[in-house]
This record gives sequence, structure tokens and C-alpha cells, in this order.
Amino acid sequence: MTKSSSSPTSSESVVVADAPPATRLKHRHLLGIADLTPEEIVLILDTAEAMQEIAHRPIKKVPTLRGRTVVNLFFEPSTRTRTSFEVAEKRLSADTLNVAIATSSVVKGETLVDTALNLEAMSPDMIVLRHASSGACHLLSRVCRSKIINAGDGMHEHPTQALLDAFTIRRHKGRLAGLKVAILGDLLHSRVLRSNVLLLTRLGAEVWVCGPPTLVPPGIERLGVKVTSVVEDAVRDADVIMMLRIQLERMQGAFFPSLREYFNVFGMTEARVRLARPDAIIMHPGPMNRGVEIASEVADGPFSVILEQVANGVAVRMAVLYLLAGGAEDEAVA
Amino acid sequence: MSRSLVRIAHEIVERNRGVDDLAIVGIRERGVPLARRISAELERIAGKGVPTGALDITLYRDDLMRQAVGPQPLVRSTDILFDIDNRVIVLVDDVLYTGRTIRAALDALIDFGRPRAIQLVVLVDRGHRELPIKADYVGKNVPTSRRESIQVRLQEVDGHDEVVIQPDEQ
Repeated sequence: MTKSSSSPTSSESVVVADAPPATRLKHRHLLGIADLTPEEIVLILDTAEAMQEIAHRPIKKVPTLRGRTVVNLFFEPSTRTRTSFEVAEKRLSADTLNVAIATSSVVKGETLVDTALNLEAMSPDMIVLRHASSGACHLLSRVCRSKIINAGDGMHEHPTQALLDAFTIRRHKGRLAGLKVAILGDLLHSRVLRSNVLLLTRLGAEVWVCGPPTLVPPGIERLGVKVTSVVEDAVRDADVIMMLRIQLERMQGAFFPSLREYFNVFGMTEARVRLARPDAIIMHPGPMNRGVEIASEVADGPFSVILEQVANGVAVRMAVLYLLAGGAEDEAVA
Repeated sequence: MSRSLVRIAHEIVERNRGVDDLAIVGIRERGVPLARRISAELERIAGKGVPTGALDITLYRDDLMRQAVGPQPLVRSTDILFDIDNRVIVLVDDVLYTGRTIRAALDALIDFGRPRAIQLVVLVDRGHRELPIKADYVGKNVPTSRRESIQVRLQEVDGHDEVVIQPDEQ
């Protein structure tokens, strides 16, 4: 089993040449990219490569997680992430339980920990959690016996999104190391940004971030990225352009004068895309605000891989579920 | 080893009266190069190509989630780029032991369609079956003790061809 075979990812071996390839994850939860080594990230991406094929079979299901129960606990609205997790769980034959917060006891004032502990009493194996508060997954990982998968916590991390973005980039470019990746938009409120920066810098990409100064978190350059508020500088010769959503629901102040002005200064238009490399790809984690951060002709244009990201999300989440279900190194101690 | 594979290829042609509607599927890791060799031999004998694929059975194993801790088998890709409906599928693996790998492979194959029949080729049959499974074509029967281990090494994976019987090291 440990015999190494020629994998399609030999480019990453430049980054991880000094460490042997990982064969399983170190931690029993997936709380953020911050906890993953480059070798573990490559393991998840390689496993997702194998999972991808299942979507093209006549019977899109394997029996791997038969008899396992996964709770999808979503405290914030979500279309893509929740359905993507659910499809991934079902393709692996897990039993899934969706808790819709609008119809749950949370509206009666139950706390997150109480809700989770009550669900745990029904002995699930994993909990996929989305919550508006940063650190909610870390909190549950300390009180719950189930494995916790972070599906987005506040403004902190969204690890499976960053993994599927990396997977999509790798499919198009064959590597991550040495690529110029420009991430533009609402940097301040974005958990997608944080997870992506951690992952991409870990695998050797050159990351540029760009947004209005009011939406740039202070100290972000300490994560090893180049910061600019000039879109043209960020996009010039980029291999990958990643747009972030303007998160109006998290904005209580006036961060910019108007949506129209934002589009004029920071929106991704065809003219700006032409500054990037001719084979650049355009990404967006969704949901898109057309005409705010991205022009429709760019979103639907030839460089856009936005719908591919959604398809790849299922394979990446299957890989995460499979690897966590198999047992992690830190469970050896427990 | 190559003489066994040539003989097996002839047996496959004889038993199926040609290679029409036949397809060869190797089980990862070492069934895949064996399947390719048999496929090349069939092409030489019958004068036409036989579709050849690779099957990864990791996601169908019955021991996956049983060991709480242990190295997780790596999932590799399955490549079956042809329609298996109504074909005779010749499944190829290196060693037949408990039969559990073949059980998983049968489950996996059936998720791809409804073959007319499935036949099994193994290079080495070492006995000790735990399931009612039997090979149709055997390279060599090697009686072993459960405490021994058998390793098939192949040019394509390991750099050279050999079959090694190792006594229990404990």
C-alpha cells in the first residue's frame, strides 16, 4: 500500500520533497487549513482525484460509509455547501441528517453546545457545522465525541472551499507552486479568503489580495500575501483570479459609497481580465452578486470555472469524509 | 510468469471461443499490469484489441472502518472507459487468498453495469478462502500456511518479475 506510484501531482513534490507523502490525516476533526500540513493537503487533493470518477458512473454510489451517520448542522443559509456535503455523504452511502435551524429549537433559545450535545445523544459519527461565529467548530470539537467538519465559521475559515479551489486550480494548471493567484473583493469578512491564503501559500503559490482599504483586514500581509488596492496590479499576469462576494449581511457600517461605485473601481470586467495571462481562470465561491464584484459576461465567459468548482466540491468533500472516517493519527492516543 | 500468462490468454480464447464481447479489468495495484499483459497477448492471438480497464476496490473493502487506527489505504482511480453491459469481464488479480478482495471487486464491477459473465484470473492461488470464490484461470497453485506471505513483484511496478514466499517473521 505504501508503494509510491507515479501520480498526476508530481509538481507538488517540489514543495514536499523533504517529507514523505501522508497516508492519513493527523487530526480527527477538520477545523481549518491552519491545522493541515502540505502533505495532508496533497493527500486530500489526490484522494479527491479518485473520488471524481464516481460522479460519472451509472450508479453514483460506493458503500464506504454504510452505517455511518453524518449530521449537517447549518446555522447560516447555504445552498452550495450544504447540498454539496449532502451529495458527498450520500455518494459514500452515509446516513445524513439535515438540521434546518429555522425549524429547530435554536429559535427557542437553545445554545449551540446544547443543540450539539442533544444531537450527539443520537450517536452520529460526524457533524458538519456552519455557524456565524468564528471558532464555533473549535468549541464543538472540545465538547463533542463526533468528528467535526468546519463548513464555514463566521469570518474565520472555510477549509473545504479552499480545498476545492486548490483542486480546481490544480486540474487546470497541473500545479499550485509558482502560480500568481489574485484574490479580490471583501477581504475583511471572508473566511474563504483566510482558508485560501493559508492553503495557497503553504503549497507555494504567489498570492495577491486586493480590495478597498476599508475591507482589508489589518496585518493581512503577515500571512505572506501581497496587498494592493489597485485591481490592475493584482490581476496583471495572474494565472488565477478569484473573486469574493461582497457580504452585505455582515456589513453594519458604510465600507464603500455605493455598489455601483464598487463595481466601477473593483468589479471584474472583461477589460480587467485581459490583463491576466491568456490562459487565466476566473473563480468565485458563490453566491455571486452579478454587477457588483463580477460582470455577467465574465461570470459566464470562457475563462470562468465557477460551475466546475461546484462539481469539484463534491469530490473534495467525499475525500475529507473518507479520510476522517478512516481514523486519524491523534486517535491512537485517545 | 510470462509462460503462465500466455497459457492463460490461450485458455481465455478457447473458453470464450474468441475475444468478441470480452473485456479485461485489472484490480489495483498489481492486477492492472497483469491485465495489460494478458490483453496484449490476446491481441496477438486473436488479431484484435480487447478493452482493458483498472479497478480500485478501496471504497468497497469490508475491513476499512473496522480498524479504528491503522494506515488508511490510498484511494486510487478506477478507469473503466467502456460499457460493461452484456460483456464477459475477465477480472485479473495477482494473488487469490481469502477471496475478500474479489468480493469487493465484484460489488464494484456491478455498480458499472450488468456484465453477461465475470471470469477470474489470478497469477497465484495460495488457498485459505474465507468466501465461496474460485478462480477460472490460475497461473500457479501455491499451497501456503496462513503465517507466510506471498508477494508478486512486477516489472511495471517493482522493476522486475518475481513471486516471493516469505515465512512469518515473528
